[in-house]
Amino acid sequence: MKNRRTNLEPMELDKSDGDKPEALDSMGRPTTPRKPDARLGREVQARIGQQLRAMYDDFVNQGVPEHITDLVRKLSDQD
Amino acid sequence: MDEAVRMKLDPAIRDQVLSTVPSLRAFAISLCGNIDRADDLVQETLLRALSHIDSFEPGTNMPAWLFTILRNLFRSEYRKRRREVEDADGRYADTLKSHPEQVGRVEFEEFRTALAKLPADQREALILVGASGFSYEDAASICGCAVGTIKSRVNRARTRLADLLAIDSVDDFGPDRATRAVLAGGGRS
Repeated sequence: MKNRRTNLEPMELDKSDGDKPEALDSMGRPTTPRKPDARLGREVQARIGQQLRAMYDDFVNQGVPEHITDLVRKLSDQD
Repeated sequence: MDEAVRMKLDPAIRDQVLSTVPSLRAFAISLCGNIDRADDLVQETLLRALSHIDSFEPGTNMPAWLFTILRNLFRSEYRKRRREVEDADGRYADTLKSHPEQVGRVEFEEFRTALAKLPADQREALILVGASGFSYEDAASICGCAVGTIKSRVNRARTRLADLLAIDSVDDFGPDRATRAVLAGGGRS
């Protein structure tokens, strides 16, 4: 968290392609290996980062339901 | 539930927890795409965290600790659902699609739908590093994997998103697209 908004690094050559832990996706299906040169331009990466943060910030700015903050407060206020 | 957590909570710790909650909740919504489920997940996470607050080492990374608990809760629920429904990712995408107004502004709908199509491990890695603001190292610790694995997942996630959103150039992903989304959705919710 800290002060940084994002820690996304520019995409490097995906050296881990074909790594055994990455051979299956979360559904246990084989993932399609990316072409080694399938790198994204910096502008495209930046756009994706912006969209992601805009979406996330929208969720953050919705505020937290009272029953959730109350839960934490109640637990610390009691003696 | 109060029985398990009936203890006096250090106000400093409480404040750390409280200040993490908005981002924790945004993470939960991003993961499961449903506000009610996300709130349940956050509440369960906080109950777990507070009932095990002694295992939190003061001075260490509170957000990472809470995100780890939430992520593990979500994953165990996800695995459960996976046994029930073969195409859990597809169903997740459908859930999103049928309740766009429930989750956020319509202009993010296209992005959210694309995000929903990513494998869960790629989605969580991308959100943790790209939006929650964790370092690759923290994200690796939250997901219980190597830093290199997180980097690989983040890169795959971005490549896949670019494919799904058909971003060939910046022009293709600018205001026009957002405007079209707003028009198609009949305005902001």
